[in-house]
Amino acid sequence: MSRNIFRIIFVLFFSVLMAGVVFAAPPIKIGALFSVSGPASFLGEPERNTAEMMVAEINKAGGIKGRKLELIVYDTQGDATKAVQAVNKLIKDDKVVAIIGPSTTGDSMAVIPVVEKAEIPLISCAAGIKITDPVKKWVFKTAQNDVLAVAKIYEYLNGQKVTKIAILTVSDGFGSSGREQLNLQSKEFGMQIISDETYGPKDTDMTVQLTKIRDSGVQAIICWGTNPGPAVVARNAKQLGINIPLYMSHGVSSKKFIELAGDGAEGVILPSGRVIVADQLPKSDPQKKALTNYVNKYREHYKVEGDHFGGHAWDAIMLLKSAIERGGYSPAAIRDHLEKTKKFAGIGGTFSYSPQDHAGLTSDAFVLVQIKQGDWKLIK
Amino acid sequence: MNSSRQLFQYILSGLSNGAIYALIGFGFAIIHNATGIINFAQGEFVMLGGMLTVFFLAILNLPLVPAIVLAIIISTIVGMTFERLAIRPLKNAKPLRLIIITIGASIFIRGAAMLIWGKDTHALPAFSGNDPLHIAGATILPQHLWIFAVTILIIIASRIFFNYSIVGKAMRACAYNSQAASLVGIDVKIMVLLSFVISSAIGSMAGIIIAPLTMTSYDVGIMLGLKGFCAVIIGGMSSGLGTLLGGLLLGLLEALGAGFISASYKDAIAFIILLLILIIRPEGLFKKKEMERV
Repeated sequence: MSRNIFRIIFVLFFSVLMAGVVFAAPPIKIGALFSVSGPASFLGEPERNTAEMMVAEINKAGGIKGRKLELIVYDTQGDATKAVQAVNKLIKDDKVVAIIGPSTTGDSMAVIPVVEKAEIPLISCAAGIKITDPVKKWVFKTAQNDVLAVAKIYEYLNGQKVTKIAILTVSDGFGSSGREQLNLQSKEFGMQIISDETYGPKDTDMTVQLTKIRDSGVQAIICWGTNPGPAVVARNAKQLGINIPLYMSHGVSSKKFIELAGDGAEGVILPSGRVIVADQLPKSDPQKKALTNYVNKYREHYKVEGDHFGGHAWDAIMLLKSAIERGGYSPAAIRDHLEKTKKFAGIGGTFSYSPQDHAGLTSDAFVLVQIKQGDWKLIK
Repeated sequence: MNSSRQLFQYILSGLSNGAIYALIGFGFAIIHNATGIINFAQGEFVMLGGMLTVFFLAILNLPLVPAIVLAIIISTIVGMTFERLAIRPLKNAKPLRLIIITIGASIFIRGAAMLIWGKDTHALPAFSGNDPLHIAGATILPQHLWIFAVTILIIIASRIFFNYSIVGKAMRACAYNSQAASLVGIDVKIMVLLSFVISSAIGSMAGIIIAPLTMTSYDVGIMLGLKGFCAVIIGGMSSGLGTLLGGLLLGLLEALGAGFISASYKDAIAFIILLLILIIRPEGLFKKKEMERV
């Protein structure tokens, strides 16, 4: 009896599926490269989830101009060699019209020559400034730069009349890029870096560096890293009784940081995309609509909070959608209309691409938040 | 005044980290002393202890003490299984082959932990609060005192066990000459198994009491394991005072190096010391040269 029911469901299911294939126009194929596993999985996983969710949503609403989207995702494992293999497969075997990702700067730099040669538009979800500086014809990106994050902190410190600062950066790609920007922009903003310390990505105790900083007479400490290092820094600072205001990078703007740092997180200030404070934004904020939409959808689909990493993929998909709607399905048309994107209010910020700028964001893409009672508080 | 306060904090930070290294080092020493092999999966037991405790606390909502006890028991079972499945079936294998197997096992355990618990970092609550204790201008956390206390307890217990109990003496006999040991009626297999039991239990305990400070994730075992290995090499593979001194010395040099030279060289300092000791004094800093009687 029950077997029969299953059979009927099975037949129905397939006839519906086949009917779809027969009647609809062929889907628009979009490739995606994300580091779903490996060390950068904290980027790739929410990005893949978001991209899949958005494609499902778009298809449910009837696709783009009547054509469904088909998303083909490959895992790069944060490995440049695998990323290049995957991008070749996307272009040659799957014949995609556009690619979103990769998640990391290293992977992105590795696949850029391939997409440039094949003339397929790529919207990277990685943050490194090298990706779009100098501008490459077929390459765009959605993630905010370190440049903008550093500028945001320095602008705020200027307002607080702070000039003497200490920086504590992690000795990996993220930290050294941040350190470079912190040093570079310090002159522009009149900052004096009195103490310049580093720590290893796997270090479990930073009391020594903080002791040095404590006694150097600075007015602010800026720590640049991704979890768990900054959480250790925040805890150690509390252990040592340091009262100097502590600033962090956008690399820790997830609830995980607050959970790990515990009491130490209290009072920490950091630049972040607007996702984590979506409900605190004023109604007049142009991104408010997209943000609330994303946050609610993500919670509905995956039962966890969406973060700004997933937001990069949201932006990439929606930028593509808008370019296809305005132009055509061919790679060249998509590229041209991507470049003409103006004032697109997404998750990472308000994007305006131009032939000279394929990053599309200003320091407005960040807001400063402070951690109060274990939650984010928007600093106005 | 500032510099002396700084120096004191460096010393205190160094000693507290050193105690962690020593604690992890003991696990290496015990297996080495019973079997002559170096168990590079030791760091993974440290990870298992921390991760299992987090798992029992957060997911099964157990109170702290039962969670710790369960975590130690399960890590010990993993240690026993490892010995039964990967070490014992190889009869008369050379130590080098066994060492390579332990490296394989460590990769396996790490991978399994990643699949089961994911890649997130987790924090354990401190056993007795997070209010720092002030000692002459420098601070340490109550958790550091736990680490010192457990380290000292383990030294005393292992000294009594290896020097005064029959089983402990039998284990030492196996390491010295397993053939002769079996001739006088010692079951070598049981002794090897026992050494894995003890060292995985100590390793997981170390992982649990350091987790509130260092936090824990599937891959903490690599670095902590290597630092523990450094400590035990400096200490000449002793399961007592030597390893403690080795760990403390390592921690101190790291902290002073980071404080006065640059924190960028912190890990380099540890591994340069390791290489120097292995080249110049492979028997450890505190041990008399062993005499081989012919």
